Amino acid sequence: MEVAVFIVSAVVVLSGALGVLLARNPVHAALFLVQTLFGVAVLFVLLDATFLAAVQVMVYAGAIVILFLFVIMLLGVDRADDLGIEPIAGQRPLAAVVGMSLAGLLATVLLVAVDGLTGAPAGTPIGDAGDNTRRLGEALFTDMVFAVELTAILLTVAVVGAVALARRLSGPMQPLPVVAIAEVDDDPDEATGDDS
Amino acid sequence: MILAADPLLVDGIDLTVVLIVLLKAGVAFALLLVAVMLVIWFERKLISDMQNRIGPALAGPWGILQTLADGIKLFFKEDLLPTRADRVVFRLAPYLSIIPAFVAFAIVPVGGDFSDGGDGTVSMFGRSTFLQVADPPVGVLFFLALSAVAVYGVMLAGWSSGSKYPLLGSVRASAQMISYEAALGLAIATVFLSSGSLSTHDIVVGQSATTWNVLATGIVPFGIFLIAGTAELNRPPFDLVEAEQELVGGFHTEYSSIRFALFFLSEFMNMITMSAIAVTLFLGGPAGPIVTQRVAWVWPLFWFFLKVMAFLFTFVWLRATLPRFRYDQLMDLGWKVLIPAALGWFLLIATLDVAADLGWPTIPVVIVGVLVLWGGASLLSGAVRKAQAERLEEADRGADETAGSASGLGEA
Repeated sequence: MEVAVFIVSAVVVLSGALGVLLARNPVHAALFLVQTLFGVAVLFVLLDATFLAAVQVMVYAGAIVILFLFVIMLLGVDRADDLGIEPIAGQRPLAAVVGMSLAGLLATVLLVAVDGLTGAPAGTPIGDAGDNTRRLGEALFTDMVFAVELTAILLTVAVVGAVALARRLSGPMQPLPVVAIAEVDDDPDEATGDDS
Repeated sequence: MILAADPLLVDGIDLTVVLIVLLKAGVAFALLLVAVMLVIWFERKLISDMQNRIGPALAGPWGILQTLADGIKLFFKEDLLPTRADRVVFRLAPYLSIIPAFVAFAIVPVGGDFSDGGDGTVSMFGRSTFLQVADPPVGVLFFLALSAVAVYGVMLAGWSSGSKYPLLGSVRASAQMISYEAALGLAIATVFLSSGSLSTHDIVVGQSATTWNVLATGIVPFGIFLIAGTAELNRPPFDLVEAEQELVGGFHTEYSSIRFALFFLSEFMNMITMSAIAVTLFLGGPAGPIVTQRVAWVWPLFWFFLKVMAFLFTFVWLRATLPRFRYDQLMDLGWKVLIPAALGWFLLIATLDVAADLGWPTIPVVIVGVLVLWGGASLLSGAVRKAQAERLEEADRGADETAGSASGLGEA
């Protein structure tokens, strides 16, 4: 049964990942990402990591992709984008190089692995699956507490930074130059190009 | 692989076990559908009563078949698909709404004897099992995850309609649901502290051993859960997500026929599930006195039903009583009141737990804790008040300037 569940969720994960790459519409791509995340959550359940599975759905599917969708919808880039524009110069070749090296790394791990693929569990599980939430909590707040606190500080800084950036400066507001408004109105394509 | 702590699944899985699980799932499914039908009738009848009307009276005795008639009518309505809609997502969205609503009910223990240290097992065809469809070890997180998924239904419905008002409505609705999910989660986290488990079954067992969580967590989380739950359900007074007076209705403006019905089906189903979860987390689930020994298994079901009915009544009562919130008031309540209050209370309960563990004296700890919370609250409210004053001042100045420049233009 475990093999069957693995195969089904692997198909779900991989088809979702392909969908993210191939979908023309950014909203569809985000939905395929959700499909992939769900598949990964099922794999977590299969590995007895039920807490991670629930958190995966809550945080990634429930918060992060929703945030992606918000941005996509509010910026109005939900139609297929013009792929001719390259917002950061040299982005595409760099992406190709990084992607290829990542694939190479994975392939090397598979090929060089001492025993090949055994399918055996990587190690002996510590304790019962039922209390993995408790164990995770203990690990996070004893051995890893420094890392947890650092992450918390990072998140706080990010929130404060976002608020500081979004805050309007005090003092009289400068009216927008009339010329700029006319330009944006005349050429909506250019505006979306800038946004993306 | 551990799917559940249910005694049914412990010693191997054979045909009987599979059949029992299927039976439980089937009964839960049918029960929810019938319950939704009755709840819609109950709401309409009760609200009519509160407004001195008669309400549905023609279909069946006391109009009890009114929902069935409405459902059949909706089935035969024309199913419209807007030309600018995103076809696949438009069809998918109602199901993203209704499936989480169904599945979330699976973790609710609806019966079983929890009195006198009973662990809530019932025997079914010679096997002992819990009276709930599934008991995953992360039970309540499962519920939170599903309510996170339900946001997709609303959000995608609005977006895929290819029309302005549903899009704005869905952005508002998903912002509301996400905001209140945070408060809901923090209120539930307090329950985890007092119960020490995430599994709904263990939470109910823990409550029958000591006291109900509504008292054990000090009532505040219960109140926050109720308010945040009402907002999460998009029920009045937080129903601006779907009210006709707001944005032509909201995310479902372009929906018709059976797809529209699915949204409202899922909404009423969520109402039942939210009530059931509230009963499970705070009011001891199906616990209650077993009055007669003859049909003892009926009593837990009866108590559970009674408690859920109390919540359903409250939801209808709120609708009949309170005027609707404005959107900024809704966000203020969620972010500036409920989330800080839930977080502060969570910290207080955690501190008391630690104090009890380390043998610190209770009264000084409580005093210091309350003082710290009071300090935090006054800092927060001070900051909010200052920001508000500055914003008002700025708006005044802006208004003056626009007025000045307008008059200047007029003179020129």
